[in-house]
Amino acid sequence: MPLTFAGALPERGFDVAFDLADGETVAVLGPNGAGKSTLLGLLAGLLAPSAGRATLGEDVLFDVGPGRRVLIEPRRRGVSLLAQEALLFPHLSVLENVAFGPRSRGLSRAEARATASAWLERVGTPELAGRSPGRLSGGQAQRVAIARALATDPALLLLDEPLAALDVTVAPAIRTLLREVLQGRSAVIVTHDALDAFLLADRVLILDGGRVVEAGRTMEVLTRPVTAFGARLAGLNLLLGRRTEMGFTGANGLVVPWEGPGRAGEEFALAIRPAAVSVARPGGPSTGTDHGAASGTSRVTAIVDDIEHRGEAIRVHAAGMAADLAPADAVAMGIVPGCAVEVSLRHQDAVVYALPAAPDAGRGTGRTGDGR
Amino acid sequence: MNTAALPRWVVAAAVVGAVFVVLPLAAMTLRIDWPRFIPLVTSEGARAALLLSLRTSVSATILCVLFGVPLALVLARTSFPGRRFVRSLVLLPLVLPPVVGGIALLYTFGRRGLIGSGLASLGIDVAFSTTAVVLAQAFVALPFLVLSLEGALRTVGTRYEAVGATLGAGRWTVLRRITLPLVLPALVSGAVLSFARALGEFGATLTFAGSLQGSTRTLPLEIYLQRETDPDAAVALSLVLVVVAVVVVGVAHRVRPLGSLDPRGTASPKAPAAAPGRVD
Repeated sequence: MPLTFAGALPERGFDVAFDLADGETVAVLGPNGAGKSTLLGLLAGLLAPSAGRATLGEDVLFDVGPGRRVLIEPRRRGVSLLAQEALLFPHLSVLENVAFGPRSRGLSRAEARATASAWLERVGTPELAGRSPGRLSGGQAQRVAIARALATDPALLLLDEPLAALDVTVAPAIRTLLREVLQGRSAVIVTHDALDAFLLADRVLILDGGRVVEAGRTMEVLTRPVTAFGARLAGLNLLLGRRTEMGFTGANGLVVPWEGPGRAGEEFALAIRPAAVSVARPGGPSTGTDHGAASGTSRVTAIVDDIEHRGEAIRVHAAGMAADLAPADAVAMGIVPGCAVEVSLRHQDAVVYALPAAPDAGRGTGRTGDGR
Repeated sequence: MNTAALPRWVVAAAVVGAVFVVLPLAAMTLRIDWPRFIPLVTSEGARAALLLSLRTSVSATILCVLFGVPLALVLARTSFPGRRFVRSLVLLPLVLPPVVGGIALLYTFGRRGLIGSGLASLGIDVAFSTTAVVLAQAFVALPFLVLSLEGALRTVGTRYEAVGATLGAGRWTVLRRITLPLVLPALVSGAVLSFARALGEFGATLTFAGSLQGSTRTLPLEIYLQRETDPDAAVALSLVLVVVAVVVVGVAHRVRPLGSLDPRGTASPKAPAAAPGRVD
């Protein structure tokens, strides 16, 4: 079912609006305290907004404003919630857990059990039906929880970090299962893990401080982030700047010629992978991709702010960008925080794009319904 | 025996404390006139008192469950102005001298009491009746159930209930199929504690219900009375109450503690039953 949502809860500094097309999955990301849980609580009906309106298909979930206060009870919303922990009812068997929803929605005991069995089959755990939840592994419990959440055939499925509590060895299988069952189903998935967004979601909604700061198709956010959080998620450098007569000028002074739409003075951004950024000591040999003085390269001189070790690379922060070097190169050049370096990038590695007009972080910016 | 983690004087004080509890019971048991034990505890007065005590305590426990469960639910799951104040008031009988409770009940249900005068005009006389015994017992026993259940409800939290609601269950279904089963162990142990407290009730009963054989003279009252005339009978009946108390404590301990909600099912193994017997 298509979902429209606009809700505010001032005491939590929450004010978010977004739409979701029928059968689409949106991944909600953001730092702790960004309002992700509040969003789920409002959708599930466990929290009441101070103002706003949400509809799921033809049905109103809530409609609160001056002179009107419609709040549909959680059980009448057709919304299922799958949390980080499986939260299986400890006093009911696995089958009874899954049958709980259908039974509550008025099916007979036999029908509810048949539905439950079918779903246990679907999530690959039919042999667990008679077990007590206390005797399941984390992965088994989450499979059963998925079956329970879907057994009511919800019009909207809410997932609250469904893989966060699982073993790294189990998470991939559950992620695959979720990918299957989310096919063609409207779902909102709150996650910390960018991988969940890539694999499970059609769209991404990034919240910060209770506001939507970035929204769009997953692919778009991953290639053209507009916030630092989105860039970190995508593993990209985000360099903010402006369109100039000849191209793009970054806030750090980097000039990149670019031929594309846009008028001089407009806010633009440049995205590039840290591995594609080179660092050299002025006058010394450069590293990584040797850009040398080749054409199609831009460079800027800056002071190294910080150096960190990341897996197989040394990440150098300078000029508001990150560059990944081989450890040996970093040592050979004697790069330490505070030393001057020349940061360069090849134009072909960078993506230049316009930032959305008026980066108003408030309501309305979160509309993800229209793929630009 | 592992006492390494504690200073010796703590262990010594603990031993004194345990002896302080056990010694009087042992002293009393030593004074029992065993040859006359059976006749003493089966005398007419004793039988009547024991039966009355069991009957009234069971009734009082039922009252506690009927009203204590809703009270605990409201205290644990709702918020309203003055909730903490109400909670303190409800728990007041826990610390109130039972005699004071009895007097308070007398001025409520007594012939000239707040409600009692109205009831009296209807021909219902509560004070100094078996009903009064039950009310007195329920009055002092209710907080035990409320306290035990409210704590359990808070420990369990509302997350399972929220899941149930999103699965389409109504409030009554959530209460019946999720909340109450989850706190059932605490409900049972709370009810058992209430029963024990009701069984031992003395002060409020004497004040509010008097001491009429067969209708208001419960076992504790009978023991107190017998102590004047036949101390051996008092000691024998006391042992009966001690045995009942031991059984109650045993039952309350056997009921799984709340930790057993642990989803892995690795809750602490059953408490070793042998421990209480060992005093070395």
